[in-house]
Amino acid sequence: MEGLYAICVGILTSCGIYLLLRGRTFPVILGLIMLSYAVNLFLFASGRLNSNMAAILGESATYADPLPQALVLTAIVIGFAMTAFMLVLSIRAYSENGNDHVDGKPADERVHDSSIAADKGGRKA
Amino acid sequence: MINHLPILPILIPALTGALLLLPILQRSMRQQRLVSLGATLLTLVAAIALYNGSTEVTTHYLLGDWEQPFGIVLVADRLSTLLVLLTAVLSLGVVIYANAGTDEAGSFFHPLFQYQLMGIYGAFLTGDMFNLFVFFEILLLASYGLLVHSGGKTRIRASVQYVTLNLIGSALFLVALGLLYGTLGTLNMAHMAERVALMREDQLVLLEAALLILVVVFGLKTALVPLQFWLVRSYAAATAPVAALFAIMTKVGIYGFYRIHIGTFGHQPELGGGLMQTLFWVMAAATMLVGIIGVLGSKNLRTLTANLVLISVATLMFTVALGSEAAVSAGLYYLIHSTLVTAALFLLADIIAHKRGPAADNFVPARPMRQRSLMSITFMVIAITAVGMPPMSGFIGKTLILVSAQTGSQQLVAWTFILVGSLAALIGLSRAGTSLLWHTTGSKAPAETTSALPMAALMLFTLSAPAMVLFAGPLTDTLALAARQLVTSATEVALQ
Repeated sequence: MEGLYAICVGILTSCGIYLLLRGRTFPVILGLIMLSYAVNLFLFASGRLNSNMAAILGESATYADPLPQALVLTAIVIGFAMTAFMLVLSIRAYSENGNDHVDGKPADERVHDSSIAADKGGRKA
Repeated sequence: MINHLPILPILIPALTGALLLLPILQRSMRQQRLVSLGATLLTLVAAIALYNGSTEVTTHYLLGDWEQPFGIVLVADRLSTLLVLLTAVLSLGVVIYANAGTDEAGSFFHPLFQYQLMGIYGAFLTGDMFNLFVFFEILLLASYGLLVHSGGKTRIRASVQYVTLNLIGSALFLVALGLLYGTLGTLNMAHMAERVALMREDQLVLLEAALLILVVVFGLKTALVPLQFWLVRSYAAATAPVAALFAIMTKVGIYGFYRIHIGTFGHQPELGGGLMQTLFWVMAAATMLVGIIGVLGSKNLRTLTANLVLISVATLMFTVALGSEAAVSAGLYYLIHSTLVTAALFLLADIIAHKRGPAADNFVPARPMRQRSLMSITFMVIAITAVGMPPMSGFIGKTLILVSAQTGSQQLVAWTFILVGSLAALIGLSRAGTSLLWHTTGSKAPAETTSALPMAALMLFTLSAPAMVLFAGPLTDTLALAARQLVTSATEVALQ
């Protein structure tokens, strides 16, 4: 179970990091969501993985550590609020900048900024 | 009778923030300002009382009266109460400045401001790692709102990057918390310090990983190279009172280093195997270099101030790297000084920008301004303080830090970087003063006079520098006690 769990967390984290490195805000938000899923699973595992154990005293012979579950619950709520805020902010940035790039302008435009300007000038002349 | 003082700095802003959102207050800006100012004053009184009550015995405030380590605990020792008091003084100046009109430029300034304060006070006062994370999130969420206050393209753009980076930072913080809980089985700071000693060799690796991830988390808050990219753009884009309030935000990261890496785990120097110490030195030096380049290349006073923030956090990072009691005590003096002087510079930049009309605070010749001599004298006092020249507080702070470097190699690195950083600040600020105040075109001064409120806020911060010099003796004595309490907190059993 531990191996499967660790692989899941690893895949989620790597997908999250890959998406975070994208240039547009929507993939970045998806990356943040995946990363927070991975982190929540990781946090949950810090109380050790057990089966057939309730997090309540007296329900089963042994009991699971309830604290990581409480931590994950808090982290989920906070992560949810942050994602919602980030979505709203991205939409606002899209309407302000006219595109959805994290730097406010598309990558190719930034690299060729000077050459495009020169092109336009040339055509006009 | 339980002493309820430690909870007040968190409770007052929390309740005020909620109160300010009620429709009855939302309709009237005047009432919002009065309530916000009143609450800030009330918090200041509570902070003073809390600070006066702090002794060498750490006060533990049990939330909900749950026994440690099962419940969450607030810790009021000399260090946390001192920083709460500093934040309270800073917030008073900020709210006075904002009341002069900045708060009308967008909605919900005052509720966000109060929530931001709640997060900062909470981060300083909490004695529980997960609670620290929660308060970080509160202060960050409020800061996201404050950063975009009054809108505009540059603010939104800076905000997208700021928010994204901080969300990644929060995810890393949770990873570190998971590792800490998985290895130590507790998140109570005092309890963690106790349990480290009982660790087996193979468990220490995970703990070291957690501490190194925390370096990244606090480094992001502090804006250390290579995690500094968000700082200059967002601080320069924010409205003046918000930027002034953010002066304490980088110090929250420094506080994290002090509390966790020096206070809680500092008595285990073998943790991190020297890697962490090296990392601190490299990050401090690199941040200083980037700050120096930034200061020399800034095109306006706000950007210059944002780069000076980098220099000041680099200086503070050297005290973390030194890690001794003397270094922390010197660092605390410099921390108070740099917070107030940064706030003063951001407010001054805004006032000057208003007076110069379309040229704003860019380093270009512009029309002469009203109250020029007053502005010039204020600028000179602030600049001397920020650079660290005698007789102002920056000089004492930097000297104390330089003296606290003991061995030859420490002196070589710390002295070189801090002194070159001061030189760069001197050049940058001289250039700023010359072009902003002396290079004028035309002769008629426009009718732009600054009203009493912003000036009062600016003076509050400016005059703190001579005050810190006048009371340097008693102040450094208290700070030495605070540093000793922090450094020894882990070794003496704090759990009663």
